[in-house]
Amino acid sequence: MEHHSEYKQYESKHAPTWCPGCGNFAIWTALKKALARLHIPPHKVLMVYGIGCSGNMANTIRAYGFHGLHGRAVPVAVGAKLANRDLTVLIAGGDGDGYGEGLNHFIQAIRGNVDVTYLVHNNSIYGLTTGQSSPTSRKGFKSKSTPAGIIETALNPIALALAANASFVARGFAGRLDELVDLMIAAIEHTGFSFVDMFQPCVTFNKLDTYGSYYDSVYSLADMGHRPTDRLTALAKALEQGKLPVGIFYQDAARPSYQAELPYLKQSLMRTRSHDRDLKRLMREFI
Amino acid sequence: MRNELLVHSLVPRSPFLVPDGICYTISIIESRAPGAETKMARYLFSWKIGGEAGFGIKSAGLMFSKMCNRAGFEVFGYDEYPSLIRGGHNSHQVTVSKTPVASTAENIDILVALNTETIKRHTHELSHGGALIYDPATTTVTLSPQLRERNLKLVAVPLAAMTRQALGSIVMRNIVALGATQALVSLPFGILAGVIKKTLAHKQAEIVAANVKAAKLGFDEVSKQLEKLDFKLKLEATTQPEELLLTGNDALSLGALAAGMQMYVAYPMTPSSSILHYLASQAVSQKIVVKHAEDEISVINMGLGASHAGVRTMIGTSGGGFSLMVESLGLAGITETPLVIVEAQRPGPATGLPTWTEQGDLRFVLHAAQGEFPRIVVAPGDHEECFYMTAEAFNWADRYQVPVIILTDKFLAESVRTVLPFDPKRVWIDRGKARMSDAAIARMKDYQRYRVAPDGISPRSIPGQKNGIYLANSDEHDTYGFSNEESANRIAQVRKRAAKFAKASEEINGAKLYGNPRARLTVVGWGSTKGPILDALSWLPRRMQRKINFLHINVVWPFPSEAVHRILKRSKRALLIENNSTAQLGGLIRQQTGIYMEHKMLKFDGRPLYPLDIKERILSMH
Repeated sequence: MEHHSEYKQYESKHAPTWCPGCGNFAIWTALKKALARLHIPPHKVLMVYGIGCSGNMANTIRAYGFHGLHGRAVPVAVGAKLANRDLTVLIAGGDGDGYGEGLNHFIQAIRGNVDVTYLVHNNSIYGLTTGQSSPTSRKGFKSKSTPAGIIETALNPIALALAANASFVARGFAGRLDELVDLMIAAIEHTGFSFVDMFQPCVTFNKLDTYGSYYDSVYSLADMGHRPTDRLTALAKALEQGKLPVGIFYQDAARPSYQAELPYLKQSLMRTRSHDRDLKRLMREFI
Repeated sequence: MRNELLVHSLVPRSPFLVPDGICYTISIIESRAPGAETKMARYLFSWKIGGEAGFGIKSAGLMFSKMCNRAGFEVFGYDEYPSLIRGGHNSHQVTVSKTPVASTAENIDILVALNTETIKRHTHELSHGGALIYDPATTTVTLSPQLRERNLKLVAVPLAAMTRQALGSIVMRNIVALGATQALVSLPFGILAGVIKKTLAHKQAEIVAANVKAAKLGFDEVSKQLEKLDFKLKLEATTQPEELLLTGNDALSLGALAAGMQMYVAYPMTPSSSILHYLASQAVSQKIVVKHAEDEISVINMGLGASHAGVRTMIGTSGGGFSLMVESLGLAGITETPLVIVEAQRPGPATGLPTWTEQGDLRFVLHAAQGEFPRIVVAPGDHEECFYMTAEAFNWADRYQVPVIILTDKFLAESVRTVLPFDPKRVWIDRGKARMSDAAIARMKDYQRYRVAPDGISPRSIPGQKNGIYLANSDEHDTYGFSNEESANRIAQVRKRAAKFAKASEEINGAKLYGNPRARLTVVGWGSTKGPILDALSWLPRRMQRKINFLHINVVWPFPSEAVHRILKRSKRALLIENNSTAQLGGLIRQQTGIYMEHKMLKFDGRPLYPLDIKERILSMH
């Protein structure tokens, strides 16, 4: 177990502004513990944040950070990793942010398999805008924007990621901290796009998806003997009704990352010479 | 300041600016012909090939251009095509001149018709004594009484039959037609054969041989007819230093590579796509990442991510894609992330005229995104400026830590032109405080990314650098980057960003005056109208040229208010020329200088400006 001071190095001078009891506290803690256990120094980490309660974590983490726009964290992270593969790049976003506004980027990043880790704080509600339904709100969920109950059915991000052929798909729960740390470590260590959906109870606006309801329905995939190498079994687990499995659904460690598919780049762009190109040679083609 | 001087010293090679420029009148136009006196154009001649998409129109145009350039002439080529892949009508027109040329003509002297549609659409553009090359087997020529008076030379060449004779495919009709043209203008066949061999060097030997044979058949056929045709234009090949033949997009891409760009992100959109194609083709050799992202929102955010990580990054699009990028443009502004953005305009709104030209987005890019933040908007006027100003754009993006928008349009982006090779020594890389050494960052005590400085420019660290940790934040932030909503902090950060713009305004001068500074009439334009305007001015009688000058604005923001005010106050009259319907630059001039531009020449039919029209407008004001 890591020493307390080891994970304190990832804390900024600013305290979180989440509501007491918010699931984000556990995610924040898990993130710091995971980085500490992996011994990645803060200056080698780039955290990219979306906008929402999840993105507000930006002020509390001590690491390089880019707090971008609502829904647009994923492409920022992809661009940064393509520029400097030596960085550990993580994305912290929310369900409204990543499954609503920015859903397209999520699916496309899966296709590219760029080596970044995508952590989604999924509370099935818009918290920062004071309680509207989100893409993962259960059908019939009543909120400020859907007072008669939401008509749309809930998105299943795990099944979606599996269908899009993500190389690492996992789900955690803020109420199971140690497991969340392990999942984050596995996700960061995975080479390729790793996706972790995280149940994050919103104690202020979501009275349906509570700690209690999650404790009643989550169970560990590993405990049930699930082997994360088979995509079809993983999909069956993702589509399971009633109970909510957590853990690694699927991992394809053999699939090359985007960078590995650019063999002409032996090293990070940041280490590649670019200032003395042979312009005369380039111009010859136009003569 | 040195960069500003660099751009200023880019004097275009225009006959207007050559003190003793020789007046080349068109030799093809028979001086006896009615109306010939209005056609004092200085183009030597103009050649056009037309047919369906898929007929090899553009490739024939490029080979024709190369052939003329090898023979010692300057060329300017321009495509007109609909937004289709097969069918529809395509044409490529090449203007040929003894002196540098930067515009396309409304008249043509030689027309190659690969189908009957070409004859219907373009025969009326033929000048007196002009020639029409066609295949009697596939194309019918019917001339109106008016056209019959023009003494057109009908050059019948069995194009399709000759491709079969050369054991080639039907698409090689364009090659036969090139051979026919070569004979028609009395240039030796060897030049064309050389161009074909070089262009097709990557193909199999039999294919190259078939193409050369097809061209030779066309050449021989017209050589036989030459005496009977009595075509007036006879060219004499000369040798001249090797020149580049490239599009504005090619020049811009080379400028970016010269500037050390390492990442290009784009989503295909006419007329910006050929930047993506060229850079993708060079990715391996230049060790750059070229990413075709899923949409333009992703494009700009990937660009920001890469730039945040420290590499020089460019993104490209047209107005539609830029519309999607708008929110993220503000993100570049508040996080002070350098980024070069190419916006190659086409006529809007919405899908508009996807493959035609317009300068309709000036006001849009000036004001795009909510809130107030500094930006630089560059509008190169020609292919040379596409190269040198793109390289400069990277320096400005880094030095002022702002987004720099390069505003071109279809006319500039896709036209091909002969230019002297670019000079690598005139490009230097200045990353300002956007890329500090590890040691410099490590030395700083209590590093603050957004520390308030008098000129607003604060040193930027790069992820991975020790001691440089900070948060790039879309929220208003304190000097470390942490969210901060306090009044005093907000004022300090708004002023910090504004100070950078004030500095840029002092250091960048986007107003260039060509011609006599004491002239009574000033022609005013921005961006791509530079070529047609300079060509038009060079066609005026010498005594008139001394009374007219041309104010070209190639950096529209920061606006060169002081210079524009001074120049316009000195001249008696001014003529504003723009490729849009609302005189967007005119509005900007009034906003920035108080001067109202009374005389305007506005064109917004998707076509570029023609020098002859400009010349006539100037004559009417004189």
